[in-house]
Amino acid sequence: MTGLAGVSGALTIVLGGIGALFFLAGTLGMLRLPDFFCRTHAATKCDTVGAGSILIALAIFNGLEVSSVKIVILAALILLSSPTAGHALARAAHVTGLEPWTTPRKGRQE
Amino acid sequence: MDAFFWGLAIFLLVNAFACLWRAYAGPTIVDRLLAVNIVGTKTLVVLVLLTLVFGRALFLDIALVYGLLNFVVTIVATRFLETGRLKGDW
Repeated sequence: MTGLAGVSGALTIVLGGIGALFFLAGTLGMLRLPDFFCRTHAATKCDTVGAGSILIALAIFNGLEVSSVKIVILAALILLSSPTAGHALARAAHVTGLEPWTTPRKGRQE
Repeated sequence: MDAFFWGLAIFLLVNAFACLWRAYAGPTIVDRLLAVNIVGTKTLVVLVLLTLVFGRALFLDIALVYGLLNFVVTIVATRFLETGRLKGDW
């Protein structure tokens, strides 16, 4: 009893910490990266991995109940919808003519 | 365990406010859309955390609706941005 609860609690803390780290990375990327395409690179990763990992941690903590099934459905929804939304945003930016950010190359004439 | 959940929720709220600055100051409109999308995802995770802290299953349904609305809003806004209209062919 206590062993199983300890394992699920440790898994919850580890997965929640991983998700928090990914959210922090996504926020830093949102604030610091120079371009929309770079930002969507950071943000989509933060959404999928961070939210998915935290939600799976909460489902493990909740145990075998109906609400755990709902949390897993929510995680699946995020894993499906967040990359799709990021892709649609990047496509809209590309179609409307947003130029990607590039650095000038050294020692090469283009 | 409640303290860990509270800490995670407050951390996510701080992150959401940091992303809100990008929604305010983003140079292009797709930046703002992306920031709003991320704030919505963080709100969803905070709602699930509050479900476990307060023990109310109602918040979980609100989180589900929030996730669906977040996705639909982003898709419709990008479609409007690409084509300039909401009906007809893509």
